[in-house]
Amino acid sequence: MVGSLLMRGMLIGVLAGLVAFGFARIFGEPQVDLAIAFEEQMAATEAAQAPAGDQPAMEETDEGLPGRGTQAGLGLITGLVVYGAAVGGIFALVFAFAYGRLGAIGARGLSAVLALAAFASVVLVPLLKYPANPPAVSLDETIGARTTLYFVLLVLSVGGMALAFALARRLLAQHGTWNATLIASAAYVAFITVVLIAMPTINEMPAGFSPDVLWNFRISSVGIQIIIWAVIGLGFGVLAERVLGEFRGSARLAGSYR
Amino acid sequence: MSDITFAPAHQPVAIPIAEVLPWAIFGGLLLMIAIYFVGAEEGATSLISGMYIHEFVHDGRHLLGFPCH
Repeated sequence: MVGSLLMRGMLIGVLAGLVAFGFARIFGEPQVDLAIAFEEQMAATEAAQAPAGDQPAMEETDEGLPGRGTQAGLGLITGLVVYGAAVGGIFALVFAFAYGRLGAIGARGLSAVLALAAFASVVLVPLLKYPANPPAVSLDETIGARTTLYFVLLVLSVGGMALAFALARRLLAQHGTWNATLIASAAYVAFITVVLIAMPTINEMPAGFSPDVLWNFRISSVGIQIIIWAVIGLGFGVLAERVLGEFRGSARLAGSYR
Repeated sequence: MSDITFAPAHQPVAIPIAEVLPWAIFGGLLLMIAIYFVGAEEGATSLISGMYIHEFVHDGRHLLGFPCH
């Protein structure tokens, strides 16, 4: 049962990654190319200003490292498909746990609600503080701090969302689905507001970087995530319903199914 | 909760925790390792030496919103 759901979650995640790749290719890649062009221009200006012999070694086309073609093609599709399959699988596991424990909501509805909550906590909240950045915008030497802060915020956000669901579940019987959801959402928003204010801000934007490229990059990054979570949320529910329908059939509830 | 009007005709039957847990632990762990390799390997931390994985998933990492170089 759970294994079957997990497999379907990963399968729909692969599909989500493929659709996201099409979108990323059209809308994301041009922005990455523009950012890299800016990065190279910056490096060239720096190299021209530095005294001869003191120039930093450019690590272009290092031995055997993937070039731009691979990065924008095979590398991009691999990254998105692996990410899609992984979040799809984890999504299926969360679904398997939540199903039947959050009131009378059916498989398709639960899948959509969970995907929305996942998008809010995994994508939306982290990007409010630490948005996606194209190449050239961040400093190499702060990667450690930036990665730590990003994942701390991610864990707090996802943990807070899990607690919000637990709270909603507690309030369900007394206040009804609508009010329980509202109260739990308000609690999550309040918690996240405090977290976002408390966490340090990162601003390493180099002077002269095109705001248009930045905006287009970030909006296509969000677009990729919307596609991934929409495909998973809407697609997984349909697949899960069939699995769970069979399950219920064997549990002698077939008569009430549809 | 049987008075919720938009509820489906059937009551969803929860899968026992004991059945979910082993999948969640082992499956979840493997999948998180997969996300780690796409999102963070050879960036802030590095299990495998070199920059091949980082450069290979470079564009995906940027576009998925992970911190990258």
